[in-house]
Formats: sequence, C-alpha cells, structure tokens
Amino acid sequence: MVAPILVDEHPLDTLIRADRMPHIWCPGCGIGVVMRCYAHAIQLLGDDVDRHVVVSGIGCSGRVAGYMNLDSYHTTHGRAIPFAIGLKLANPDLHVTVFSGDGDLAAIGGNHLIHAARRNIDLTVICTNNFNYGMTGGQAGPTTPLGARTSTTPYGCPELPFNLANLLSAAGANFVSRWTSLHVRQVRKDILYAFRKPGFSFIEVLVPCPIGFGRSNKLADAIDELELYRERCEIASGVELDQLGIDLHGDRPIYVGRFVDRDAPQYQPIKLEGSA
Amino acid sequence: MRALRILHDGMPGVCNLHTGEGGVTRPAVLTGSHFMHGDHACAEGALAAGCTFFGGYPITPSTEIAERLAARLPEVGGVFMQMEDEMASMASILGASAAGARAMTATSGPGFSLMMENLGLGVMMELPCVVVNVQRGSPSTGLPTLPGQSDIMQARWGSHGDYGIAAYSPWSPQELFDLTIHAFNVADRFRIPVLLMADEVVGHMVERVIIPDAAEIVHWERKRPNGKPKGDFLPYLAEGADLVPPMAYAGEGYKLHFTGLTHDEKGYPDMSPEVHHALVTRLVEKVRCNADQLIRTESYFMDDASIVVISFGSTARSALRAVKDAREGGIKAGFLRLISIWPFPVDMLRKIDEKAQAYVIPEMNLGQLITEVERYVHKPVLGVNHAGGVMMPPDPILAAIREVS
Repeated sequence: MVAPILVDEHPLDTLIRADRMPHIWCPGCGIGVVMRCYAHAIQLLGDDVDRHVVVSGIGCSGRVAGYMNLDSYHTTHGRAIPFAIGLKLANPDLHVTVFSGDGDLAAIGGNHLIHAARRNIDLTVICTNNFNYGMTGGQAGPTTPLGARTSTTPYGCPELPFNLANLLSAAGANFVSRWTSLHVRQVRKDILYAFRKPGFSFIEVLVPCPIGFGRSNKLADAIDELELYRERCEIASGVELDQLGIDLHGDRPIYVGRFVDRDAPQYQPIKLEGSA
Repeated sequence: MRALRILHDGMPGVCNLHTGEGGVTRPAVLTGSHFMHGDHACAEGALAAGCTFFGGYPITPSTEIAERLAARLPEVGGVFMQMEDEMASMASILGASAAGARAMTATSGPGFSLMMENLGLGVMMELPCVVVNVQRGSPSTGLPTLPGQSDIMQARWGSHGDYGIAAYSPWSPQELFDLTIHAFNVADRFRIPVLLMADEVVGHMVERVIIPDAAEIVHWERKRPNGKPKGDFLPYLAEGADLVPPMAYAGEGYKLHFTGLTHDEKGYPDMSPEVHHALVTRLVEKVRCNADQLIRTESYFMDDASIVVISFGSTARSALRAVKDAREGGIKAGFLRLISIWPFPVDMLRKIDEKAQAYVIPEMNLGQLITEVERYVHKPVLGVNHAGGVMMPPDPILAAIREVS
C-alpha cells in the first residue's frame, strides 16, 4: 500500500466540490481523469466560471454534475441533452456542457443525441464510453463489443455496437473526436476547442471500467485496459468513418483522433426584425 | 414567398417572416375583444403571462397551441422549440426554467404519458413550469380528434412517487386564457409544475375571449434569494411557512446543484431515510399547506341546494344547464364547478356535506373524480359517465338529478 500524498491545495480546487469527496467511482475507473480534463479546460478558457453549466444524465458519469463546482444539473436517464437545450436557449450566454456515459447518451438518450447533432445546437457533449452500464453492475449497452461478456450477455454479446463517431457525423455534429483516458492532453485540448466551436461538439473518451466490464472480459486490472489502448490506438488519418467501429477483442487498431471538424451553421432561434 | 426568402437567406436567423397584420410584430398582450380558438387563447395566455420558452411536439388536439406559439414567440423575443418527442419537450422546459424562463409545453394523452417521467424531475428539482393537456378519448391512441376527460387521476398520480401537484380545468376559451396565466403564477409562486387539464371541446371551441390591458395581467413573483451569490447558499432551504425555497438560476454564480436524487438543503444527494422522508413530506405539504391559494371553484344555486352536482371542464357547461333545468322543475339542485381539480377542495366539500342530500358527478370518463368525492362525503353519490368521444349533453345529468331527488 502506497501512502497517500497529502496536499493543502490543488490547482482545480475552485472547480471541484471538495465537500463531495470521496467520489463513488471504483479504483481504476477513467471517468475522473476525463472530469479533470474538463475542469482544466474551463480554467484554460479563462472565461467567467459562472457562465459554465454542466448537465448529466444517470449512471457513473452522471455523477460528474455533482462533483463539478459549477451550476450543475443531474437529470433523468437519457434526458441530459434536451434539458441542456432548454438551459442554452433560455440563456445563450451560458457554456452548456453535457457530461454523461455511453448508455445514457446513446441508448435511452439516443434519439435526443442524434436530434441535437442534427440541429447542430451549440452544446459540448463529453461521452465517457466504458462499453457497459457500470453503475447497475455491468450490463450490456449500445457500445458493448460483439462477443463481450457482461451480466446480461453471459454467453457473449450477440449485438453489434454503435460506431458513435460515424453516427454523430451522419447526424450533423460540427465536431466529433475520440480519445481514451490515456490521452489527457488531447482530451483537454478538444474540450477547450469544443467550448470555442459553434455548433454541436461530441467528444468520446474510452475509459476503463475494471469492475463492471473489465473483470468479465480479461481486463480486470485497469492498467491492462490502458495498456491495450496504448498498444492499439492509432490516430486515424484517412480512415473512413464507417471503419471507426471498436473491436476490443480483435487485433484491429482502435482509431482515435479528430474525425469531424466542419462549420455547418449552428442552430439559431428565429429572430424577427422589430421584435422585443 | 416566405419559403423562397428563407432559402435565399440561408439560415433563417433573421428574416422578414410575415407576422400579424401588415407584417407588424404584435405585442405579448393582445389587448381587446377576440373571437378566438381555445388552443390559441391558451397560447395568448402564455404570452400574456410572460412565457418566453415553449418546447413541444405536435399532437392532436393540442397542436394549435404549438402552431400559435411558433408564430408568436419570435414576435416577443421568445423561443419556440419543436423537440423530437414529449420526453425531450418536458426536459427542455425544465432546463429553460432552471435558467429563469417562464416555460411551457402542450400535449394530449399519449404525450402526457411520456411527460410523466420528467414531470417527476420538475417536482423533485422544484422547477416551475406549465404543462397543458388538451385531453382526448383514451387509453392509448384512443380518439385523437375527439374529447375525453380521462386523464384526471393521471394528473394527480401519473409520475412515480408521492408528490403534490396543481391542476386546472377550463370550461371555455376565455378561461383557457385566464387559467394559463394563473398556472404560470401558481407554478412560480410555489415552484411546482402546474397542469392545465383542458379537453378537446374547450381546446377547439371558438368563443369570445377578452384580453385585458397588459397592466391588468396579474403576476405572482418567484421567491428569489436575497443578496449576492455566495458559496454557502442552500438552494433547498425552505425557511418560510409556505415551505417554498427561494429559486436561484443557472449562470448567477451560486454554484447550484440540482438533482433528481433525494437531496439535502444544499442540493447534494443524501440517501438517508430521514432526509428522504423530510424532502418528500415537504414536497407534499408544500401543496397541502398552500391549498387555499391553489383551489378555485365556482358555485351556482348552492345556498339551499340539497342535490349537489360537481363537474369540471367542458362537461361543466352541460351540468350547469341541467341544474338550471332541475331548478325550473322545482328541484333544489346546486352546482359546484371545479376550476382547480388538484388539490381537491376537501374542506369545502365537507362543509357542503352538512346540508347536501345527494351528489351527481358527471364526467367524460368511467368514474375518476367521483372516487375523490366519495372519500369525503357521507351522502349518496351518483356518477354520470361516458368514456368520451362526444361532449356530454345535459339530459343524462338532469335524469340523474331527478333520480336522486
């Protein structure tokens, strides 16, 4: 057992609710790393912190709303995006970020996800993808790879997963990227980039879930999953979007990088000349 | 020409949509006497109340509310957002409310069912908003274009868990206008979602609607925190006897945390049975202890009434006719019209029961509100019921009055 290092101050003290610690995440979980990237990006943006609002759905990632020292809304399962749309349209000065998981955003919230991307509404969506429903104890979700074992796929997952990057691109998002929780600098940089980018931005981050997903898929130690990412991640250059699907068990590369960066018009509410 | 204009301009962010008469944008309050569609009167009531956000999904027979607001909200600088479904619609108005807007959605039975999930979130986060249900024949897809009044118990208990709610039922386009304003006031004053339970008859009825001067529109204020935002603000501390905590908005600097989880006064999740009991009790008591301000009724011929008819919505129009006919026939009939359905006027009913000999409860369902009456009175209660699809005529109500007299 390594003795904990105790410090009096942390550079992100003002952005994280210390009174909510310890957090609920398991040892080895990658969500906290991504939350730190988000906090750091807010700091780097340098804008008034009071303008930042975080909205989450349900699940382990949903707890981010409770740990960030911002105006924060922990909503119902799958509905973070439409709640965020209401916030953004009622107060367009806000930087509204949705921080949630793959199950919340792409399964129960899937319809809201694609329609928000289609509208190209100015939101930053950070999706931590751990390939399963972690909080409820490791069930299969919309990103669970074919053949992966979970508590609801004891014989291996018989379904193909979403290729989220391809989905979001087809739906119309202005910015789509994917990294892993190893790519701390890239994740931070892309969140910062998304804050400044008009329209819908989607940043997928692959994170280890050693307890919920790893232990039934020979990745019981988070380090093993990170090692897998280190070995197999390749920056996608010239790779077609439909080739960006993730197969953890095969030997294909796991593609990461910025897949979409375009300037389609963002959603604007109708304004009439001469109106109030 | 309009379509061409939008295509020409690319994004329709700023364009000269033809609005109102002569292309002039109209004010929020259309003061004057109008011959107006019920759903449109509802939309105008929302605008008069200062609604600046509508998130909705088209559904008969409420669609005209959305259509009217799609044209009108941009005229007053508000936002009309057509969402992808009713779950999103409900979530979007909660988000807009959290940012400080007066926000509304409108739907009918199938959409109302989908909204139940986030209605509970609105109750739990105490986000004021207005949900209009122009009821149609149900269950399921039922009778999309025809009336019903069968969502009365769903209005009270539709979302899971214990909670208090306020619901109103207009009997005319004028009252749809008036009650939409009142619904926003009640929502804001008590930080609750408020339900406006219209029905297809009233929603699609065209009648005179008088819209007063803007200065005469009643506006109840939200309770707001005093002083500058500080880190120690407790967003769910309800110190007053009304049990309503002051509401702070996103972006004001309070570092709020709102969650659908059971939470303490700071807004932080707390899974202890004590905190859960205290929170849920306050959410229920908040409506109970303020019931006097929420309940609205209207009485006709009640002073000496021995037969009491109780009804609501469009059915109340026929009920009043039947009561008048009974009076002409020498029966001491009286009529209590419920303008608010929830909370139920328990004290009033107990007082009425001291003199009443029998009750007649007409409703366009197979017996929902009648169960509530039966809970509180000790005299015979006779229901007049039809599953919906057509407005109830006065005749069966008059027959029931004669039967119990």
